[in-house]
Amino acid sequence: MRAKTVDKIATGVIIGVAAFIVLLLAGLLGFILVRGLGHLSFDFLTSPPDSFREGGGIGPQLFNSLFLLVLTMIITIPLGIGAGIYMSEYAKANKLTDFIRLVVEVLSSFPSIVVGLFGLLMLVNYFGLGFSLMAGALALTVFNLPLMVRITEQGLKSVPREQKEAALALGLTKWKTISSIMLPIALPIILSGTILAAGRVFGEAAALLFTAGMSSPRLDFSEWNPLNPVSPLNPFRPAETLAVHIWKINSEGLAPDAPEIAAGASAVLVITVLLFNLLARWLGRFMHRKFTATK
Amino acid sequence: MADKGISVKDLSVYYGDHKAVKNVTIDFNNKDVTALIGPSGCGKSTFLRTLNRMNDLIPSARMTGEIWIGDEDINHPKTDVVLLRRRIGMVWQRPNPFHKSIYENIAFGPRYHGITKKSELDDLVEESLRKAALWEETKDRLHTSALKLSGGQQQRLCIARSIAVKPDIILMDEPASALDPVSTSKVEELISELKEDYCIVIVTHNMHQAARVSSKTAFFLSGELIEYDNTETMFTNPSKKETSDYISGRFG
Repeated sequence: MRAKTVDKIATGVIIGVAAFIVLLLAGLLGFILVRGLGHLSFDFLTSPPDSFREGGGIGPQLFNSLFLLVLTMIITIPLGIGAGIYMSEYAKANKLTDFIRLVVEVLSSFPSIVVGLFGLLMLVNYFGLGFSLMAGALALTVFNLPLMVRITEQGLKSVPREQKEAALALGLTKWKTISSIMLPIALPIILSGTILAAGRVFGEAAALLFTAGMSSPRLDFSEWNPLNPVSPLNPFRPAETLAVHIWKINSEGLAPDAPEIAAGASAVLVITVLLFNLLARWLGRFMHRKFTATK
Repeated sequence: MADKGISVKDLSVYYGDHKAVKNVTIDFNNKDVTALIGPSGCGKSTFLRTLNRMNDLIPSARMTGEIWIGDEDINHPKTDVVLLRRRIGMVWQRPNPFHKSIYENIAFGPRYHGITKKSELDDLVEESLRKAALWEETKDRLHTSALKLSGGQQQRLCIARSIAVKPDIILMDEPASALDPVSTSKVEELISELKEDYCIVIVTHNMHQAARVSSKTAFFLSGELIEYDNTETMFTNPSKKETSDYISGRFG
């Protein structure tokens, strides 16, 4: 009788906690969307911001966020997956491996503002990248690499041992076993790690203040030569991202409609992250199906 | 390489300080089925896994002694493990088809080893599935996931997968212990047919299975090879007391 009561209470509490979290999230999301959606228009999404007058948009910032995401991921994914494969399949269990793992852990708990300052000193000043997308992407790589390494390692470790052995027993080399048998099975886990990392790129502001910078030069969206300073594709130009823009106009925005712009930009940020999530998941399922022939 | 049997000399395997296989010397004939029996933890699976160097994957494992396949010392530093494993098929206790289609499960190995013509691969897939008595059940759904097959079908698929790369030897680690009786008898039939072409070493917990499929039987106890003889002799007139105790079910 008593055990049953306890069980009922436990069930109640767990459902209560879950409901609370769902309510909190729904409330937050609703608040951001309700406040921001009214401000959204095609013009808002495409026009450049205006510092002093009403009616500025977030076009360059939105583009910068997406472009920075692509740049960061181009650097992070190969490095992270490579190191993760090493940690899971090649590294011998010894002190050095333990040390590397410790370093990775510590790196992942670095405050982002510290990563930003490191980026300012090393990338922006010492290596002379200046405030640029590249400096921002590298700083975010420092920030995201530990996550990618750990997730890849976990993903590969979760592959059943018999799968690996079956591949080796067929006379496959180690690399072929990893690339053709193990990685496809680990793909969903690696992908969810990648989505997490990508979400951090969208949302990160502190690490970018001193690396990608807080300004965006006048961009000419008809100029596609990446070496031209006014080209949006130039990775060595300063680039304020959406998250940084929100922070900036909230703290020092002079335009009379600054609060509305911040609200609208927040809504855009949330929606973009959401869309990206859905897209990445769909792509992941598609790839998983293709590799593993499961329907 | 006329005789592709296996010759094991004074083999010991250690996991850290624990000696799991103790000074085993044994020969396996080509085109024959040898059963390894013994209670759980007697070292027979460990022994089996040293024959294709699968124990290399376990960092704490090391071994002493020699294993010869034909005239090749498989632990010689110059031995190409990848090439060696290609010649030795393996079947596990739990069916472990790749997370791919039925067709791909079979075609994957041969394609990797250089057969790229689709017609050749198609033939090989059919031939392997026929040998594993799985063709009739799967020919209409070759491109669906192998994970949708039943446990018994999956195990026969794994056998088909291993014979598709044309090994000389097949190692089986309790291949039927996770299967229902009907599937078990199908797998056993298959083993009896395969012995025409391969040297098969099978670990089993099932005495009747050992008696049904093998022509020679080796009895392991606590890492030692207690007795090795023709299966019939082992089951009717064993020379060691431990063997007759185990076979008659007095322990284990």
